[in-house]
Amino acid sequence: MFNHLLSLLIWLPIVGAIPVLLAGSGRPNVARWTALLVAVLTFVFSLYLLSQYNAADSAKQLTESHMWIASLGVHYSLAVDGISIALILLTTFVGILVIVGAWEVIQNNPHQYMAAMLVLEGLMIGVFCATDALLFYVFFEAMLIPMFILIGIWGGPRRVYATIKFFIYTFLGSIFMLVGLIYLYLKAGTFDLQALAALPLSMKEQSWLFFAFLAAFAVKVPMVPVHTWLPDAHVEAPTGGSVVLAAVMLKIGGYGFLRFSLPIVPDASEAYAWVVIGLSLIAVLYIGYVALVQEDMKKLVAYSSVAHMGFVTLGIFIAFMLVRGAGNMDAAKLGMQGAMVQMISHGFVSGAMFSCIGVLYDRLHSRQIKDYGGVINVMPWFGFFYVFFAMANSGLPGTSGFVGEFQVVLASFQANPWIALFAAFTLIIGAAYTLWMVKRVMWGDIANPHVAEMKDINGREVFVLGAFAAAVLVLGVWPQPLIHLMDSSVTQLVQQLGNHKI
Amino acid sequence: MPNINDILIMLPELYLVVAACLLLLLDAFMKPEQRHWLHWLSVGALLMAIYLVVAGQPAQPVVAFGGMFVRDGVSEILKAFALLSTALVFVYAKPYLIDRKLFVGEFYTLMIFAVIGVMLLVSAGSLVTVYLGLELLTLSSYALVALNRDSQLSSEAAIKYFVLGALASGMLLYGMSMVYGATATLDLANLHTAAAHTGAPKLLLFGLIFMIVGIGFKLGAAPFHMWIPDVYQGSPTAVTIFIGSAPKLAAFGMAYRLLESGLGDLSHHWQQMLAVLAVLSLAIGNLVAIVQTNLKRLLAYSTISHMGYLLLGLVNAGPEGYASALFYAISYALMSTAAFGVILALARAGFECEEIDDLKGLNQRSPWMAFLMMLVMFSLAGVPPMFGFFAKLLVLQAAIHAGMMWLAIVGAVFAIIGLYYYLRVVKVMYFDKPVEGSELKMQADPSVRVVLSLNAISLLVLGLSWGPLLGWCKSVFPG
Repeated sequence: MFNHLLSLLIWLPIVGAIPVLLAGSGRPNVARWTALLVAVLTFVFSLYLLSQYNAADSAKQLTESHMWIASLGVHYSLAVDGISIALILLTTFVGILVIVGAWEVIQNNPHQYMAAMLVLEGLMIGVFCATDALLFYVFFEAMLIPMFILIGIWGGPRRVYATIKFFIYTFLGSIFMLVGLIYLYLKAGTFDLQALAALPLSMKEQSWLFFAFLAAFAVKVPMVPVHTWLPDAHVEAPTGGSVVLAAVMLKIGGYGFLRFSLPIVPDASEAYAWVVIGLSLIAVLYIGYVALVQEDMKKLVAYSSVAHMGFVTLGIFIAFMLVRGAGNMDAAKLGMQGAMVQMISHGFVSGAMFSCIGVLYDRLHSRQIKDYGGVINVMPWFGFFYVFFAMANSGLPGTSGFVGEFQVVLASFQANPWIALFAAFTLIIGAAYTLWMVKRVMWGDIANPHVAEMKDINGREVFVLGAFAAAVLVLGVWPQPLIHLMDSSVTQLVQQLGNHKI
Repeated sequence: MPNINDILIMLPELYLVVAACLLLLLDAFMKPEQRHWLHWLSVGALLMAIYLVVAGQPAQPVVAFGGMFVRDGVSEILKAFALLSTALVFVYAKPYLIDRKLFVGEFYTLMIFAVIGVMLLVSAGSLVTVYLGLELLTLSSYALVALNRDSQLSSEAAIKYFVLGALASGMLLYGMSMVYGATATLDLANLHTAAAHTGAPKLLLFGLIFMIVGIGFKLGAAPFHMWIPDVYQGSPTAVTIFIGSAPKLAAFGMAYRLLESGLGDLSHHWQQMLAVLAVLSLAIGNLVAIVQTNLKRLLAYSTISHMGYLLLGLVNAGPEGYASALFYAISYALMSTAAFGVILALARAGFECEEIDDLKGLNQRSPWMAFLMMLVMFSLAGVPPMFGFFAKLLVLQAAIHAGMMWLAIVGAVFAIIGLYYYLRVVKVMYFDKPVEGSELKMQADPSVRVVLSLNAISLLVLGLSWGPLLGWCKSVFPG
């Protein structure tokens, strides 16, 4: 069984969704407990995966490869490196919390909700494991189906608009990547990512492919100006949907850049790095200001996600300027590492923020900031978590939000102090929009009589928020294990950046 | 004189002719309440024919009746799936026919004759056999469309189908006569050599254009698609499901026989024409489908767009391209039978279930049916891991391989546009509330339940393991 650990991790939640679905709407508790069992098992296996992984070795590990389509030479091939493992752990961790978080909240067909979540989890793990481009694409796209259902059935009033926009937007981006992948396949005769990375390509080909990949991953991250689906999807999605979307799905965009753009089209990535860096800075600065004026809490956090993900793309592409411009490998590594830490950290922080908003929404059925005020008076425990996560979101040292941003700013400074200056603005703007929201929601007098009736968080909610808080704190105070886990993979990736293909 | 060998080669067709005649006789002597025996005998006859086709598959292509009839890998795979999809049609159609008092023997006999037409057409070794097979198929189809004689819509659809179909047949025949005039042969194999010798005289190209018109009409490719929406909507759903499946396989077979077996050397001429047809079909099919409110009409426009994708494979004009187009035709036949199968399973007396809004809240009433329909819709839209995605992947690959990157990009763009209306069906089923008092329920007939479930689930299973089928498709087109 453990020879196929990665397959097990992918298929356990997907197959586990079947009994959950079969429990039917008549036995919601059977569905809930089964789903929780499957999610916990998946998490346990992912911990086992961590223990099996040798972080000192930069090669891909736990490889599995079977012929999938013999007449095309397509393989079902899986393998992981440190980066994948970190993201898989994030996925399985969040997988448990969204199921617990939805426990009593989802009353309409809970079995379908839980099943969709489990399928989504399995597919996301698949994305992080796939080393065959076609297999990656299949997981990457298949993910949309459960998410579409999640937003569409259990979402808010404008859910249909939001979910169709989400689906079509993402599909639009990725289909051009598919055309690019077919082109690569016809050239290389394989979809294997390692072979594609070794394939020589002219600058013209690389440029086209770069933009095809950019279309797919920029939508997913999302980067300005293709981020507009995100606020809609987040606002309308049920809490669990928002959490998964922000915590894991957005990371897949950043992950895609690492696995596709950097190794397959390095020269074009270098040539157009300024595009990505420019867009990232716009995301950090402009979207920060957009977040400032939001009146809907979820929208505010959604925009802040766009701004934070700007750091991820900045960190990835600043590495090009450092490696190829100045030959500064250490700084490049720092930037790349920062991007990775930021991905994981943002996974926890944004997931926690959306869970907090979910807690408020379950009580008052409103996400408008103006409907709240003085919540701390009636919900002190909740207030503790909320303020803590808000601090993490604005990048307070000691929380995980600080580590990645600091590393990326530090690396950018060595490339160009101006870039670092603009990127560092996020610390001010991020603090501004987050803390202002805290001020209006938490502090002050109770203006709305309904707020006075709100009950503090129950044990289940404490569990969800507490787990997130522990992760944020541990990562903020002691990021070393995470950095160590990804270290050899990041080093290898940075070395690859130097390889010219022309 | 035909010898015993000729007859053995043609055994599946001859067997089916005899079976159809026997069923017709049997029907005349049967009491109406015994007619469900006829139903199962017909299904059995088709399954037996599949066995004869597959078991008798020759290792090498063989010809019978002096080259008029060819039995090779291409014809066998097309026949097998045409018979299979017709058997599915029979299973799905029965409750619908009973509810509408259309449960008559003619339905079965006519459809079996139509399938014999398909089998002849895909096995054609000469222009004459192409035409014979085509006419047997279309004449039976005209009658089937008009099966519900009291319905004005059906009669209108039948007349439209007949007039336009006759026009297209005329065009095809005219083209054939020109080709005959240029090469002095009707035999496709001889035609191939003759065309290679003579190069491309104007007369031959002139004939080719008319033949393309005929093929375009049978495929339902724009701008020869006008009949599709009306016929799809007007026919009883039990007949629409047939028109959407086996005849599409036949149209692919016909295109392959005429264009590759016959005029393969003119491929650089017809590639361009097919590319134009493909772009128009993709555009018209996908754009017009967006505004449809009738589910059958929506699926009609979706057919047009799918034929555009199939043409992307044919445009390649190489073994790989034909294999991808064949794969696409098979995937479409399976998806289309499943889609109409769901409509048939939900329809009942007085409720056709043919408006998109009729599916409102299906997930609340019948989650299993909603799930099956969702699989079909995502497969039609080409979302992985469904079967339809891989079919699209292969035709896009064929187009890029043929050096037509622009065509592949057009195909990709229209896949996004097409996605919208498939999503809308899923939206109606899952996100909308059921209409009060609607009769949305699954047919109780267990055979329909089981077979339809298998059909729809097969789209997922074939999506996860499409290797063997692709291997089969590739093996019949030796490079």
